[in-house]
Amino acid sequence: MQSFPCPFCGPRDEREFHFAGEADKIRPDTTQTISDAEWADYLFNLKNSRGPTREIWVHTPCQEYFVMERDTATMDVIGAHSLRKDIA
Amino acid sequence: MSAQRLEGRGIIDPTSKLCFRFDGQSYTGFSGDTVASALLASGVRIFARSFKYHRPRGVWGSWNDDPNAIVDIRVDEVTFPNCQATTTQLIDGMDVRSINAWPNASFDVKAMLDLGSRFLPAGFYYKMFMWPDWHLFEPMIRKMAGMGTLSDEVVEGYDAVILHESCELLIIGGGAAGLAAARTAAEGGRSVLIVEDHADFGGRILARADLIDGQNPVDWVNDQISAIRAAGGRALSRTTAIGIYDHRAISLIEDRGVGVAPVVRKVRPDSVILASGAIDRPVTFTNNDRPGVMSLEGAADFLARYGVLVGERIAVLSNRPDKQLMAQLFRDAGAHVQEFDATRETAEIKGRRGVKALQIGSEIYPCDTVLASGGLTPAIHLWRHAGGKLDWDEPRQAFLPGKGPDWLQAIGAANGTYDLETAIDEAKSVALGMRVHRRASYTLPPLWPDLSAKGRQWLDFQHDVTVKDIALAKQENMVSVEHLKRYTTLGMAGDQGKISNMPALATMAKLQGKPIPEVGTTTFRPPFVPVPLETYSGAHKGTRMGPLKRLALEPDHRKLDAAMGEYGGWLRPAWYGGSDEKTAVLRECCIARNAAAIMDGSALGTIEVVGPDARDLVNFVYYNTMSNLQPGRIRYGFMLTESGLVFDDGVMACVNDNRFIISCSSSHADSVMAHLENWRQDKFDPSRVFIHDTTQNWSTVTVAGPKARDIVAALNVLDELTNFAHMSLKMGSFNGRPARVARVSFTGDTSYEISVRNDYVKELWAAALEMGKPFGAGPVGAEALTVLRAEKGYILVGKDTDGETMPHDLGFTVPRLKKKAAFAGDRSLHNQNANRTDRKQLVGLQVDPGACMLPVGAHIVDARNGRKVSLGYVTSSHESPTLERPIALALVSSGADLMGQNVSVWHMGESSTAHVTLPCAFDQEGERLDA
Repeated sequence: MQSFPCPFCGPRDEREFHFAGEADKIRPDTTQTISDAEWADYLFNLKNSRGPTREIWVHTPCQEYFVMERDTATMDVIGAHSLRKDIA
Repeated sequence: MSAQRLEGRGIIDPTSKLCFRFDGQSYTGFSGDTVASALLASGVRIFARSFKYHRPRGVWGSWNDDPNAIVDIRVDEVTFPNCQATTTQLIDGMDVRSINAWPNASFDVKAMLDLGSRFLPAGFYYKMFMWPDWHLFEPMIRKMAGMGTLSDEVVEGYDAVILHESCELLIIGGGAAGLAAARTAAEGGRSVLIVEDHADFGGRILARADLIDGQNPVDWVNDQISAIRAAGGRALSRTTAIGIYDHRAISLIEDRGVGVAPVVRKVRPDSVILASGAIDRPVTFTNNDRPGVMSLEGAADFLARYGVLVGERIAVLSNRPDKQLMAQLFRDAGAHVQEFDATRETAEIKGRRGVKALQIGSEIYPCDTVLASGGLTPAIHLWRHAGGKLDWDEPRQAFLPGKGPDWLQAIGAANGTYDLETAIDEAKSVALGMRVHRRASYTLPPLWPDLSAKGRQWLDFQHDVTVKDIALAKQENMVSVEHLKRYTTLGMAGDQGKISNMPALATMAKLQGKPIPEVGTTTFRPPFVPVPLETYSGAHKGTRMGPLKRLALEPDHRKLDAAMGEYGGWLRPAWYGGSDEKTAVLRECCIARNAAAIMDGSALGTIEVVGPDARDLVNFVYYNTMSNLQPGRIRYGFMLTESGLVFDDGVMACVNDNRFIISCSSSHADSVMAHLENWRQDKFDPSRVFIHDTTQNWSTVTVAGPKARDIVAALNVLDELTNFAHMSLKMGSFNGRPARVARVSFTGDTSYEISVRNDYVKELWAAALEMGKPFGAGPVGAEALTVLRAEKGYILVGKDTDGETMPHDLGFTVPRLKKKAAFAGDRSLHNQNANRTDRKQLVGLQVDPGACMLPVGAHIVDARNGRKVSLGYVTSSHESPTLERPIALALVSSGADLMGQNVSVWHMGESSTAHVTLPCAFDQEGERLDA
């Protein structure tokens, strides 16, 4: 059982969290022309890297999505911060 | 002769006598005994049979390292299978049965399997029963295999208590090193928890004859416990650390005896000291599995803890430097003991059902018990769980903790520090936060299996894996230890290789001519000891896992004799008025079509989207255009996943430009909330739009039917009901308190959903029933509603859609072609898959007059090419009281093109014909909606 730091609620059991996606993945502007390949890349292709990664997680009880940096090989949590622009 | 109980020895309570049965015979033991110690003391030698050859099995070790003495135990009419006799506390009235044996362990008819053992090598079953078909043999083999017998009785209330505890320092193992560390740390002011899996603390020092700090071992142990507790530390016995998981999460299981669920303690300490001791290693020699061959440490433990001297004429066979000291323990207890150096010559046991003599070279030494020890194996299982590395230590002939996480340190025998005084020093240093790098010198002469010995030499006693099986595995190129394990089943027994892995690794190393560390170990995984599965769930099951959502009107429904059923997590009235579902549903459908249905619609998800950016958000999350929805208007729409699949459907009302109310499927409210939150925070400015689930705050009474307008008029919730068209929303009041009235319909009739706060819905419900009565209206449950909506072709997402359904498959094509703004899933509606012409589309199916209702799940098949190909399947099927014929909805490939045609329907070998129609079978013009 991992322990994840919610930027709002502090360290909590991993059962309270849900993975939401890899960070820094930008949704293509669908009002413009997008190729099948670009869209498929957005939908399905994940880096799934071994080692340090940046991911979006949600803390289910408080429903806040946040960025968590962790190491997928050692399971170390490097840090977590809010997605809110007004909160550093 | 065999074992005997010595008076005045051990730490059992000799005044408390317990009676129990084993294989039908009555025995006695004492409070403090394990099942194994009580049986040994009573002269029992054969406890069970091995898994494959049904060889007689005695006790090897005295604790969780014993692979042999596995028994079924019946307590209070319930059988608990596969209990380790050596760790199971004896309780009065236990009925113990040996496993793998019929009629009993002492005489087992399947023992003849052993005679054919040369024909049953490793991999025998894999190879032999491949042809012609494994499944022909499987039932017979399954019947022969397996161990304990499962009970037909379900244990009521066997729910483990799961506690979350905290401490700064956890010490695993309550032997001398653990106790010394715990005391030092506790007295140093740290919050300490020490756990010991035995009933008594002390570990191996209980068996020592000499004094510690001038005290006998039992007094010394008690002193340490008192000091730990006095300093505020906690000490828990009968508590096993079964695993170290991610981020220092550790599960501690407190055994409370057979028949009583354990207590689970979950703890995430700042640091952990592993003082788990060491496990005695067997000596591999011919017939080393005979009952009467025991672990040297185990025998010393039986003597120290339970006062059981395991034999009269004992041969000690070991390579250990302290074997003389150990032998002296048994001599002092009155046995005749001879010592043999196990490294000198190969040994062999004489005697079939027990030990008669030990043959060393050509010499035969009569004895009744052989105490073997091939050296100590540090118990590093938890070290490996935590990700610690292992180093091979040549002088000790063992893997020792190497590089590990900085919060974990191993001390004492677990760290290869076997000497007591050194171990205590090491414990104190570590408890004070110092790092210990230096280990005292200790030399164990190498002792590994003799590959040339005649006869069979056992490695895994329970699963009957011998040295020859390892040789066969190597011959067949199963040289990796992980392959070796799976091919031979070595280490898969209940003890999970606690004693068998090291000799097997050594055998493989020797066969390959490699050093042991190059062969490596298999993966150590939790749990360290077998744990009943119930332990993991605890009380987390049934409604304690997923609590039912309750309606505010539940008591009122029950007063009307409602049959309550679970629908998407909600307990809702399925129908009213007794147990006859068919009649009730028929009656309720007729009420709905002829007068009005009065329904509890509170379970429908109600989510408010509020804020200046609310309109942008709903326009994005809906497939349908919502940007132009006017205040007071309601629109039906779909939410899609980014893959373009229908995620949920429902109506949305616009209250004003800054406030929208989304109705979603009752079972989807939580996931729709999560979906909306995801988009809100990902794509929008979260300070400009808020999402609030108000499902549990509002209750809704729905009045739907030709008389609905008259009833709602009588309820007086709105000043006037004219100029209130279908798909619009008005704010009214009920008895002077706010009520929200929505004109939406899930039955196809004129319908009003009146939502009020939970605390006055009872009045509203009662008034609706009262006002409805003169019109012939009445309460209608969820089952009738599913029929009414199916008549109209209204879908239930997840029932009439599957994991491929896109909105245009359901006939909603316009936004896909026309909507300009971006919306969730938009691009996926234009890829190759979405454009396929053979997509499964929603259609209605009509059977010939007089034909039976189609079964849900029946396939629509195309038989044109001589073989049946499924085109789709029936998703909903009902007997329609309104139309007086069966109706059905189906997802069918190119369904729209098949409109008006006959199709073949196939189900469980039966074929029938159906006519493809529009999904809507009733009032296709929609005249009743605003009648």
